[in-house]
Amino acid sequence: MGPKMNALSVENVWKRFASLMVLEDAKLDVASGERHAIIGPNGAGKTTLFNIVSGLLRPDSGRVFLGTAEITSLSPDKISLMGLSRTFQVTNLLMNLTAYENVRLAVQSRLKMLHNALTRVERIPGIRERAEEKLTQVNLEHKMSEQAGKLSYGEQRQLEIGVALATDPDVLLLDEPTAGMSPVETERVSQLILSLPRTVTIVFVDHDMDVVFSLAHRVTVLHAGRVIAQGPKDVVRCLSEVMDAYLGHDRSQECLLS
Amino acid sequence: MSELTPYLSPFLSGLAYSMLLFLVAAGLSVIFGLMNVANLAHGTFYMIGGYIGYSVVRYTGNFWLGLLVAPVVVAAIGLALEMATLRPLYKRGHLLQVLLTFGFVFIGLDLVKWIWGSDVHSIDPPAILAWSVEIAGQGFPVYRLFLIGFGLLMAIGLWFLLERSSVGAIVRSGVSDKEMAQGLGINIPAVFSCTFGLGAGLAAAGGVLAAPVLGLFPGIDFDILIVTLVVVVVGGMGTFRGCFWGSLLIGQLDTFGKVFFPRFSLFLIYLAMAVILVIKPSGLFGVEEQ
Amino acid sequence: MNSSVTQSPAMAGRYIVLALIAALALVPFLAPKYMVNLLTEILIFGLLAASLDLVLGYTGLASLGHAAFFGAGAYTVGILAVKGHCTSVLAAVPAALLVSMVLALIVGFFSLRTSGIYFLMITLAFGQMLFALVHKWTELSGGSDGCSLGKRPIIQLLSPYLTVDFSDYRHFYLVVLVTVLLAFVALRGVVKLPLGQVAVGIRENELRVRFMGFNTFAYKLAMFVISGCFAGLAGILYMYFNAFISPEELSWVMSGKVLVMVILGGVGTVYGSVLGAGTLLLMENWLSSYTERWLLILGSIFVFFVLFAPEGLVGVFRGAAARWGRK
Repeated sequence: MGPKMNALSVENVWKRFASLMVLEDAKLDVASGERHAIIGPNGAGKTTLFNIVSGLLRPDSGRVFLGTAEITSLSPDKISLMGLSRTFQVTNLLMNLTAYENVRLAVQSRLKMLHNALTRVERIPGIRERAEEKLTQVNLEHKMSEQAGKLSYGEQRQLEIGVALATDPDVLLLDEPTAGMSPVETERVSQLILSLPRTVTIVFVDHDMDVVFSLAHRVTVLHAGRVIAQGPKDVVRCLSEVMDAYLGHDRSQECLLS
Repeated sequence: MSELTPYLSPFLSGLAYSMLLFLVAAGLSVIFGLMNVANLAHGTFYMIGGYIGYSVVRYTGNFWLGLLVAPVVVAAIGLALEMATLRPLYKRGHLLQVLLTFGFVFIGLDLVKWIWGSDVHSIDPPAILAWSVEIAGQGFPVYRLFLIGFGLLMAIGLWFLLERSSVGAIVRSGVSDKEMAQGLGINIPAVFSCTFGLGAGLAAAGGVLAAPVLGLFPGIDFDILIVTLVVVVVGGMGTFRGCFWGSLLIGQLDTFGKVFFPRFSLFLIYLAMAVILVIKPSGLFGVEEQ
Repeated sequence: MNSSVTQSPAMAGRYIVLALIAALALVPFLAPKYMVNLLTEILIFGLLAASLDLVLGYTGLASLGHAAFFGAGAYTVGILAVKGHCTSVLAAVPAALLVSMVLALIVGFFSLRTSGIYFLMITLAFGQMLFALVHKWTELSGGSDGCSLGKRPIIQLLSPYLTVDFSDYRHFYLVVLVTVLLAFVALRGVVKLPLGQVAVGIRENELRVRFMGFNTFAYKLAMFVISGCFAGLAGILYMYFNAFISPEELSWVMSGKVLVMVILGGVGTVYGSVLGAGTLLLMENWLSSYTERWLLILGSIFVFFVLFAPEGLVGVFRGAAARWGRK
């Protein structure tokens, strides 16, 4: 173990679906407190990588570490308890429950079960405050009694983040947090992500390059399952392979200027 | 070779039973694979098919006519039921659809009791098959050999239909991407209805073919349903290979169980199901849901 | 005295329920014997339906083998009396509850590895397996002849002041009423507990709940076992009521009837179970005096409700009450 321990490490992960190689020798090192973006065209394997890290899928080979602990073949609930949370590309909430109830359930997961087994949930000390605190953190305190299914799309995406934050994760995976959003909503979510404390390490996937390069410290570029570039954002941005494959040539202006 | 002879007769009987199971399970599996509906009334189709075959044979004396008429009639009933009652429920979720079919089980059972009474009936095998052949020093009914042959033929035919024909391609396209198929002009609701009818017809054929061996009485619907359910759970729901090998496995297990452990034969197949559920819940050839 | 107070439907509902309970408590002193017995039966099956609703309505698991736990409770009481020569209620009740819960644990352990339609089919298969077991193991269960209780117990509470004689239909009715009411309070309470909240979450979106950190398999199993416990309790009460149990009470027909009761009453409501049970039993009683084709009618009712009113009777009432409230 080196002097600087990574919050999240992905080592040599390979994943195949039938005849399609979805991830080839994927690797990732995210330092504690870092904001790390994963970019790449559709089908590059970004969501598969998230699925493997969060325990939904098993890699064919390779390992995943959360801090010093290996989480490679663990189930999603164990990984969540160890401190990793994620949001989903397609909103994945408990639609018929209120925003408050969604967050409260997530908060409940961190309580000692046996200790509280016979207490009514509402009477558990502190649970209401903590749930409301998380809702405020994602700017949804005024909507907390609203059914999740009735919130606007942008609010639902905020709630997604709120639910993921409610378990006080060390590492937070955000899968396309700004997908399908208007510029106003995108700005709101960007500000939210910026406001999150450095105690949470954030890895996010997004297609909006402005968001990516304003929020991220380091960037990984995935293309057809392989990591074609990885490093500080300014360096990655100007790599010619990345520009050709993904960013398009209008980005090259920024590189010439820097 | 002589050590194996006591096993030969049960093995062949087991094969015959497996083929019967395959016919019935194939219908259930295809319906589930395509429409994601577990038709609990599948055993009812089997039973009604058997009884209709019985009536046809009683009035015409012709077994083959019964084997032809019963599946056609039951397929038509299945088709009509699907169009009238299942179709409106597609938007409402699978649970309601399954529950609906459960209601049909009650109705079917009572109808059978009403029309044919509660006594045990049977169909005699056709004259050309009603003799025995000597196998391993014992008489073995030729009818059961016929079942094995017929079942294998049907298996090959179904495989051809599903994997190699354009009809099968349409069905399989409906399975993997309904919207795309509909965009290409394929009438998905019609495909569903016909598939349901086909499944019902297969079960009915199974009922007629099984009658000389297993008999006809109110209650065979659930007996066969349970065994068929075990077959598709063990083999894997919605896959052809799973259906075939599942039928073989369960058919043999059940037959050998009845011969060598008569008191526990029923539990052997439940044990198989329990083991599969622990090792691979999606079945031997089943596809895990992503 | 308030004038023209528009009370919310929830408050009105609460008063109606209290009034109903009071009425039910008075029944044995006012009504003829056959009616008291009918109500006893309705309460027992209402409890059974409510136990199924716990897994179906709250956790989202459709189980078609619940008759097995009901029968297990009843048979344990019977077998203890006949084979174990033990008629003590104090011994029989915990034993029967334990048997039901262990059975639910075993069945749940295997079947909860699947979900949705697979789960439904597998519970069906396990239910049939128990039916076959009881049918064949004649030395233990009496096979198709069933199991008779013989003499119903008499309990001395605060003796000699209070004697509860189970063979007295009025005493027994009150025992059942108190037991079922307590059970309903417990069942309603479960939802408000952490366990119940997770169960509801599982019903809504199991994947999300897993990602929150919950071992959903364990929670589903817990709900299943609790449900089995209450089903077993219903079985115990039934055995004391009927003094006889046969394998028929374990069959899929019975499981189906319980499911119909839940659907009739409304999935996800506790009181609805009693309504559903009452409706079904009353219909069965009335119609079977006219025709033998009872199953046909039952199936048709089921089909009707699935097609046109899956929210059940309580759903219908709630809709009506909501419309009244808005006036």
